[in-house]
Amino acid sequence: MNAIYILWLRELKRYSRSKAQVLASLGQPLLYLLVLGFGLSPVFQKAGNGSYLQFVAPGVIGMTVLFSSVFSGIGLLWDRQFGFLKETLVAPVPRTMVMIGKTLGGATVATIQGTLVMIVCLVAGFRPVNWLELPLAFLFMILTAIVFAGLGMAIGSMLKDMQGFQLIMNFLVMPIFFLSGALFPLAGLPAVLSFVTRIDPLTYGIDGLRGALIHAGQFEVLLNLGVLGGVAVLFLALGGYMFSKIQL
Amino acid sequence: MIKVENLVRTFGDFTAVDDVSFEVAKGEIFAFLGPNGAGKTTTIKMLTTLLKPSSGRIALDGLDPTVVPNEVRRRFGIVFQDPSLDDQLTALENMELHGMLYSVPRKLRHERTEMLLKLFDLWERRDSLVKEFSGGMKRRLEIARGFLHTPKILFLDEPTLGLDPQSRNQLWTHVRNLNKEEQVTVFLTTHYMDEAERVAGRIAIIDHGRIVAQGTPDELKAQTATDSLEAAYLALTGSTIRDEKADAAAQMRVIANMWRKR
Ligand SMILES: Nc1ncnc2c1ncn2[C@@H]1O[C@H](COP(=O)(O)OP(=O)(O)O)[C@@H](O)[C@H]1O
Ligand SMILES: [Mg+2]
Repeated sequence: MNAIYILWLRELKRYSRSKAQVLASLGQPLLYLLVLGFGLSPVFQKAGNGSYLQFVAPGVIGMTVLFSSVFSGIGLLWDRQFGFLKETLVAPVPRTMVMIGKTLGGATVATIQGTLVMIVCLVAGFRPVNWLELPLAFLFMILTAIVFAGLGMAIGSMLKDMQGFQLIMNFLVMPIFFLSGALFPLAGLPAVLSFVTRIDPLTYGIDGLRGALIHAGQFEVLLNLGVLGGVAVLFLALGGYMFSKIQL
Repeated sequence: MIKVENLVRTFGDFTAVDDVSFEVAKGEIFAFLGPNGAGKTTTIKMLTTLLKPSSGRIALDGLDPTVVPNEVRRRFGIVFQDPSLDDQLTALENMELHGMLYSVPRKLRHERTEMLLKLFDLWERRDSLVKEFSGGMKRRLEIARGFLHTPKILFLDEPTLGLDPQSRNQLWTHVRNLNKEEQVTVFLTTHYMDEAERVAGRIAIIDHGRIVAQGTPDELKAQTATDSLEAAYLALTGSTIRDEKADAAAQMRVIANMWRKR
């Protein structure tokens, strides 16, 4: 338990000390929010879908959580390169605990990042339909963060260099984002695309957020929660397994 | 306390550790001496659960690291050859993290942290981030951290690399005290013959992954008909210089550093 706590705390300390990185990582979601939010609004409205800013804000929040949590797991690559990984790998603590501490740390950071972006969305004019459902939105953020921090750990345990990192970015993380319905409505998609969006776990996180924030969810709340919970357990187990197999 | 039989580790078709066997008794100080790339660190990695042997047997306190890694990890402490600090944390935070990972009780943790940071002249800088430290300070912190908990077996992989003579002296004094007072078994590697001769009861000389000789310093001298350990070492390993290949990890660190500083 102590081990989980101290490794969780380490992630938060590192986060709070990298102010430049915090700002930099908010830049991309902001761009999406402002450029797409305002740029596509006229088209979106003409198509009878209401405000695109309202629609895309939950997507941008989900995107922030996705990137931040995957990166936290991939941060293992830095721990490996700078040597700190050795210190945790020889500690008299089951590696699963080490992995959980780090994953929860990464998920916490991702949730904080998501919250910051939500605040930015509010400033930009976004308004949730019912403020009382904000806790539900947070629950979806947290679950999404755990899912992808777990995935990040599984990937981070395998990565040995920056090339691998680029590969993962382009062929896994970006597709997860673009195929999640973060930027477009899930209804009325061509069959193939519709299928792909349904096997993307982020879809359920963002749909959950959209349901809680603007009452425009495609799926039932319980379905979203169930899928995210199940995938979280799966990815945590996978991450724990991969992490415990690391050799130096 | 440590028993190694016919240990082998290959990387592709290169054999880094080649049929190594040795034993270290409880309470002994044992030194691995050998040129760069001889296989010292690779051996330590296998002993400390970081790397799986290709073949051969290992027992630490009777336990096999490949079978019960968690049990084995409870029994040793290690100072790595390469950096292993979190440089975004302060010196004190690094100590605290280690103490918590090793379940050192809070009060003892704080007392020992203060004692060790003072011993290695880091107490004044305890709240500075490690990334602001000089190379020597980082090295001293690694060593102080290694002493925070008292293990049954202590691994020291070239611990004095980059240390000034004062710290070097503190280190060996401390190691000998631990060994005498707490019967800690010590396994160390070094490039410095005088250190090995001063602290180690027995020495194994390893070259190209093989142990070429082992015994007390006097036995090694007698075996080679030389009058100093250094002469014995050179007689056994030859005098060609080995360069460690600049490995991928080192290159990555350089690149990562540039990237961070942008
Ligand atoms: N992960 C690895 N992959 C390939 N070769 C390795 C790896 N680790 C070590 N080696 C090689 O094994 C040899 C022994 O290395 P090492 O045990 O670090 O030597 P020492 O600690 O005695 O200087 C070296 O030639 C090194 O390049
Ligand atoms: Mg070495």
